[in-house]
Amino acid sequence: MSGWKVFGSRVKRLEDPALLTGQGRFVDDIILPEMLHAAFVRSPHGHAKITEIDVEQARSMDGVHAVYTLNDFRPHLANERLVVGLPSPAYKQELDRPTLADGEVVYVGEPVAIVVADTRYIAEDAAAIVIVDYDILPAVADCRAALEDGSPLAHSTSPHNILAQFDMGYGEVDAVFESAPHVYSESMWQHRGGSHSIECRGAVSFYDPTEDLLTLYSATQAAHTAKNVLIDMLGLNENQIRVIIPDVGGGFGPKLVFYQEDVSVVLAAKLLGRPVKWTEDRREHFISTTQERDQFWEVEIAVDDDGKILGIRGSMIHDHGAYTARGINLAFNSALIVSLPYDVPCYYMDVVLAVTNKVPVTPVRGAGHPQGIFVMERLLDRAARELGIDRPEIRRRNLIPTEQLPFTKGLKTRGDAPIVLDSGDYLACMEDALGRVDFDGFPARQKKALEEGRYIGVGIANYVKGTGRGPFETVTVRIGPSGKIMVYSGAAAMGQSTHTMLTQIVAEYLGGDMSNVEVVTGDSSVVPMGIGGSASRQTVTAGSSALLAAQEVRDKALKIAAHMLEASEEDLEIEGSEIRVKGVPDLKVGLGQVAHAVAGTPGYALPGGIEPGMEATKNFMIDDLTFVNGTAAVEVEVDPETGKVSFVKYVIVHDCGTVVNPMIVDGQVIGGTAHGIGNALFEWMGYDESAQPITTNFAEYLLVSAPEMPHIELGHMESPTPLNPLGVKGVGECGVVPAPAAIISAVENALSPFGVHIDQVPLRPPEIVEKIQRAKALAS
Amino acid sequence: MGETKKISLSVNGKSYEEEVEVRFHLADFLRQQLGLTGTHLGCEHGVCGACTILLNGRSVRSCLLLAVQADGQEITTIEGIAPSEDEMHPLQEAFRDNHGLQCGFCTPGMLTTLIEFLGDNPDPTEREVREAISGNLCRCTGYQGIVAAALDAAQRLREAKGA
Repeated sequence: MSGWKVFGSRVKRLEDPALLTGQGRFVDDIILPEMLHAAFVRSPHGHAKITEIDVEQARSMDGVHAVYTLNDFRPHLANERLVVGLPSPAYKQELDRPTLADGEVVYVGEPVAIVVADTRYIAEDAAAIVIVDYDILPAVADCRAALEDGSPLAHSTSPHNILAQFDMGYGEVDAVFESAPHVYSESMWQHRGGSHSIECRGAVSFYDPTEDLLTLYSATQAAHTAKNVLIDMLGLNENQIRVIIPDVGGGFGPKLVFYQEDVSVVLAAKLLGRPVKWTEDRREHFISTTQERDQFWEVEIAVDDDGKILGIRGSMIHDHGAYTARGINLAFNSALIVSLPYDVPCYYMDVVLAVTNKVPVTPVRGAGHPQGIFVMERLLDRAARELGIDRPEIRRRNLIPTEQLPFTKGLKTRGDAPIVLDSGDYLACMEDALGRVDFDGFPARQKKALEEGRYIGVGIANYVKGTGRGPFETVTVRIGPSGKIMVYSGAAAMGQSTHTMLTQIVAEYLGGDMSNVEVVTGDSSVVPMGIGGSASRQTVTAGSSALLAAQEVRDKALKIAAHMLEASEEDLEIEGSEIRVKGVPDLKVGLGQVAHAVAGTPGYALPGGIEPGMEATKNFMIDDLTFVNGTAAVEVEVDPETGKVSFVKYVIVHDCGTVVNPMIVDGQVIGGTAHGIGNALFEWMGYDESAQPITTNFAEYLLVSAPEMPHIELGHMESPTPLNPLGVKGVGECGVVPAPAAIISAVENALSPFGVHIDQVPLRPPEIVEKIQRAKALAS
Repeated sequence: MGETKKISLSVNGKSYEEEVEVRFHLADFLRQQLGLTGTHLGCEHGVCGACTILLNGRSVRSCLLLAVQADGQEITTIEGIAPSEDEMHPLQEAFRDNHGLQCGFCTPGMLTTLIEFLGDNPDPTEREVREAISGNLCRCTGYQGIVAAALDAAQRLREAKGA
């Protein structure tokens, strides 16, 4: 953008120097005097009754300071359960996690007791000799089986295994399907896996009796949520607990959740009067950090002879896990997003969330959206194939044209706000992507490849995703006598360059010198309220608040400076840390001096009768989601012998509105794409029939590494949203959302000579080989 | 405290003589006993590569070595890569310029791995860089910025050598 000093440009990140030199401060890097170390005793069973816990031997071990079970914690808990579920009328039962297991364990990895010792090594030794007697109960591993008559109950005290049930839709679906010329139905299985931030979770807590203050350092995405849950559970006043987020080594969703370990560490620190640290190890991350798992869809699309969509309907079963650690939001997102980029005259989806004996399910980067997009794009591919229409062509006929935006869908957000697609040009985005993979030239390439015995395929997927979820994120901008511009926010940084983003916005209005801005986020003591990092929201919410606060502070600074310099405000400019009279460089006053002038001197009036303090606090309020959009277009080569999928080309053209820093936006989209490639081809969190996890290390559970990653070619469009003053949309989840749909479309296309049909994600190499063999057998 | 043993070693050019528990792995020793928390632990089973350090100039996983195995050895960690406090290594500069890091947690292992690699391969191809970091997992960047940074650093290092 022209005329801007730092906003909109590829400035280097402020976060980098410390992280590049080993000076970052992650939660496990915090070492406090007298600090003790915790380890957890966890359930080895998917479902069992606890008949006895014997901690005596562990407690008497050298170096062990305490072993606590729920019974030990109970007298100190105002509320024993972590009540965190988002509100919804759809719940059929409440399943809140207990602080530690309460007589029954319902997933492998559920914490049963906490051991605190001089070192983590001793704590783990002691945890191993805590004797827990279990009566093993039948476990529910499969979410479909959970809903069948006669299924074992995931919780022995529950009436059934339905956590929640809801439907959504609009239009005369049944009538439309009855009279539609073509109806195609599909059954799909989708699975996403864990977050696997390279930093696992962690917590350090200590109690300061002088201030009667408990402090929790936590690798969380939401400091204020953690604070509020702790207030509820421990019966504290707001001034008795502070939550601070240090550097966080990736979040990707599950660190948004408040966990049993968090409250246990805080309580242990309080009871022992010494700092306590717990650092999750990778095996614990596999079994005790929330995940996204199975969804089973039965869906139908009705189309006319030209491939115009008449309606979509179906049902979906969602694996919720053993407890409610977030809500029904994931399944809701999946069902909500299916039809959004397209003009779909009627829609109906029936959704059941099934309780299983597995670690709770909560959002992982993408939060249910990749699944909904996969459903839609697979249905369109199917209809295109059946009707003999080109895959891009059927999309051209159904995408919502830009002239019709803003477009109101017949659906509502979980907060009951109407879904309005705000800005963008979906069709232009798709055409750009198609051009970049030379979609039109592909048939010739495929023909040539087939002659050489190679199987190549091309696939596309369009997406929209709601971002910038409200209602607000507070930002305070304050300049003190030091002249430093302080920015405080409830936002949480976990790698998305939040400090750089806020600095670019604030500096733009206050002198343009980024080195004069200091950002503090993720500390519950600096602003009273906060929502935190999720749903690609912080540039929209905190960014907008920062803009408004910076503008207000600027106005005030100019007003005071005008008084001090005896000049008119219009003649002033802020340059670096000074306010100057334009064209008279010597006539100036420092930002610090200006702040000092309104900081107050006893008995003296403030200049010009101005309110004291140079600061502004803003909560830009937002109800509506702003929708990003884009298209992924992918060319792959599949080795039918090994099932290996190689990328020939990967293109994503996207539109996230106004861009604050193009370098950071690129990084977010490419990183999200890598996650999506993992979801498409590698990542699977497996459980056996007894709900025992069977992929609990990085040899059994595969993350994408550098050789599997193609170079991602990016295309940008910029359609500012009218919904916020910056015109920005979220970007953190953009890459992941279309990836599985586009990749699977390409793989199916590559294997079209075999007649292979793909209705699942992930699609791992052995499954590709198996599908080819099955198709061959069918053909012969 | 369990059984201990005295070890002497050099870390980032500084000599240490330390009494260490024999079961402490090297990463825990560096982080907890020497306070060098720049080396990170991501999996503790030798796959993610975040804990990679240089042992006598060769990249190793500090989670898979016991501290006592480092007796008499020379170690370089991320804290020891930059030539001075005010100046970063060309690889560190290239990471910043090419957005080779987001959360920064895998970065220490990426840097140490690439320092060894670029020493052996001053003019690598993109494919070679990707293979070189195949034992280092990153969940943020999709590796593209890291690969660009490595190629950029290779060029800077070649130019510095040629100059």
